[in-house]
Amino acid sequence: MASSGAVAALRGIIVKEARHVLRDRQTLIILLLMPLVQVLLYGFAIRTDVRGIRTVIVDPTPDASTRALTASFSASVRHELLAVVPTTETLERAFAAGTYRQAIVLPTQVSRRLARREALPVHVITDGSDPNAGNAMKAYAEAIIRRWYAESGGSSARGAPGITVETRMRFNPTMASANLFVPGLIALVVTIVSAMMTAVAITREKEMGTMEMLLVSPLRPATIVLGKVVPYAVLGLVNIGIVLSAAIVVFHVPVRGNMALLLAMCLLYVITTLSIGIVISTAARTQRTAMLAALGGLLLPTIMLSGFIFPVDSLPAPLKAISSLVPARWFLVIVRGIMLKGSGISVLWQETLVLLALTVALLTVGIRRLSVRLD
Amino acid sequence: MRILRFLIWKEFLQVFRDPATAVQIFLFPVFQLLILSNAATFDVPRAGLLVVDRDQSSVSARLIDRLDGSGQFSVVAVTPTEAGVEQAFLDREARAVLRIPQHFERDLVRTQQASVLLSLDAEDGAAAGILQTAAVRIISDASRDLARARGSAITVGAGPALDLSTSNWFNPSGNYKHFMVPGLLVSLTSIIGLLITAQNIVREKELGTIEQLNVSPITRTQFLLGKLVPFWMLAMVVFSLGMTVGVFVFGIPTRGSVPLVFLSAAVYLVVALGLGLLISTVARTQQQVMFIAFFLLLLFLLLSGIFTPLESAPRWAQWIAAANPVKYFVFIMRTVLVRGGGLAEVGPTLAGLAVAGVAVMTLAVRQYDKRSS
Repeated sequence: MASSGAVAALRGIIVKEARHVLRDRQTLIILLLMPLVQVLLYGFAIRTDVRGIRTVIVDPTPDASTRALTASFSASVRHELLAVVPTTETLERAFAAGTYRQAIVLPTQVSRRLARREALPVHVITDGSDPNAGNAMKAYAEAIIRRWYAESGGSSARGAPGITVETRMRFNPTMASANLFVPGLIALVVTIVSAMMTAVAITREKEMGTMEMLLVSPLRPATIVLGKVVPYAVLGLVNIGIVLSAAIVVFHVPVRGNMALLLAMCLLYVITTLSIGIVISTAARTQRTAMLAALGGLLLPTIMLSGFIFPVDSLPAPLKAISSLVPARWFLVIVRGIMLKGSGISVLWQETLVLLALTVALLTVGIRRLSVRLD
Repeated sequence: MRILRFLIWKEFLQVFRDPATAVQIFLFPVFQLLILSNAATFDVPRAGLLVVDRDQSSVSARLIDRLDGSGQFSVVAVTPTEAGVEQAFLDREARAVLRIPQHFERDLVRTQQASVLLSLDAEDGAAAGILQTAAVRIISDASRDLARARGSAITVGAGPALDLSTSNWFNPSGNYKHFMVPGLLVSLTSIIGLLITAQNIVREKELGTIEQLNVSPITRTQFLLGKLVPFWMLAMVVFSLGMTVGVFVFGIPTRGSVPLVFLSAAVYLVVALGLGLLISTVARTQQQVMFIAFFLLLLFLLLSGIFTPLESAPRWAQWIAAANPVKYFVFIMRTVLVRGGGLAEVGPTLAGLAVAGVAVMTLAVRQYDKRSS
């Protein structure tokens, strides 16, 4: 009898919570649309490759050869050639102001030097304040200059023995940025939205004093939490469904692995993030604290420690250890694995276990702490 | 003035009464800055490399040693066949596979030319790009040394080569922290500042205390200034703490004027907090505030040039970014601190932020209607 009573109680709380969610249409629409808009927006807008390099060429004595170089830089998709100037005088200030990010400094009499086979000193100045972009900019400029030099009758290309390196990008041959970022965006958006929703929903009840009523009722804490979480789990899943469909339809991100497995993993991850929300809510007394913790505490770590932008492999050892506590890191490996590589559970079982363990730990902590409050 | 002072005092009392909030406001940003600044790097040291060596020659062996000893790659296995390659990729054991063809050494000796095939796991695009650059550099170094070792007979007749030199201004050592710490500091200050102001007025709406304020003789401007000033002061403290950590812990350069940085922060924070107040006057519940704040913050952060180069984004995204205050403040921070720029370089941007600050605050005062809340 007791068990059927518990089921009825659980159903009661679920229905109550679902009504809360459905009643506020404005919030519901925001909840459903926002993740979609965000994934569409950033799926197109975020690129890590370097383009639009604002370039200046310093050419003291323009001639046919240097005009050919200027033309190569104008034609480059990576560069935006802004000016050709005769001296280096104003460079320092223009670099400080960010007007230019790269300068190609040519010597005088380039055509004559080429004809006479004299040494040709060319200097490439790069704004290194962003080291990664700086290295890329440097490499692009060097490639253009070398090609131009070989074509203008310079002596390099032929000659010394060379090993050519041909490169293939496995799993994402065109390096489409949607393939790289959409899985990460799904993790990011779902993490924040689910954790925030749960944390605030429970804290709100505490702040308003209605939680007391629930706690003095014969309901067990686990039942209360479960009942409050189920509607948000459904909402989270619907969100993932919408976002995944957008990824597939709009960005043509492939799903090379098993769709059912992908959905199961998404369900697991939604539960993980809801558990984060529960833990936050047990620690927070006010919605302000809950909000600061969920948004202020999760946003940057999820962006930076999950492999979304910066590769996890590049983290220093202590940070790598910290990052293994970030569920998004494991979810990202799983999603990329299933979608881009077609991996199955035989490959991803470790990540899945870690995610599962994190979820169980979070849920245990959440429910424990809630029951402690009963005393 | 007296009214304003009371209002400000009231907000301080409310923040510090709740120790959890005070800890979050001050410790969260500093703590995250300390940890996350180390995360922002694109180095991928000792990436797993699998070599399929069909040549098994002394040259191929030397090439493999070279890659293994570079610190960039760690050779996980050298196999003569394709077996196991796919699995190593899937297991993430190898991030790159180098295929050395048969007759590699012979071709190199006879024709001076040979090629190898490098496959990279592009699941993580940034890492793949870095590994590609590194591998090409190491292999061409090896190739050059090889030529020298063999006393290449071709040196005669080739005129003096192109003498291509490069320099990295502002960050010659390529220290990524100099680039990221200012960006992260801006992010953290913005997140905390925007959230605490955005949540504030709505909370008074939800608790009903706003009614009491509305029936008092306090004007709309006084009310909003009473909200802005205390949080602006808190945010400035957070920013100063972060700057201290940045300079003394991470050694970020201060090539330009530090007072100029603080002046810019003071102006920028009016914009950021003003936006928070604006959200607060529009939203009805704290839940709504949270979602609007999340949407705006993510937009501001991802389209600010902090994490990814903004120039690479499509044109329309750059138009959106043109209205992003975070982008401008990050520009000022990096220009003054790292590139040593002064008022001449950042003046127009700073003036733009000031105009935005006045506009946002005016809008918030207009939007806040004493009766209808």
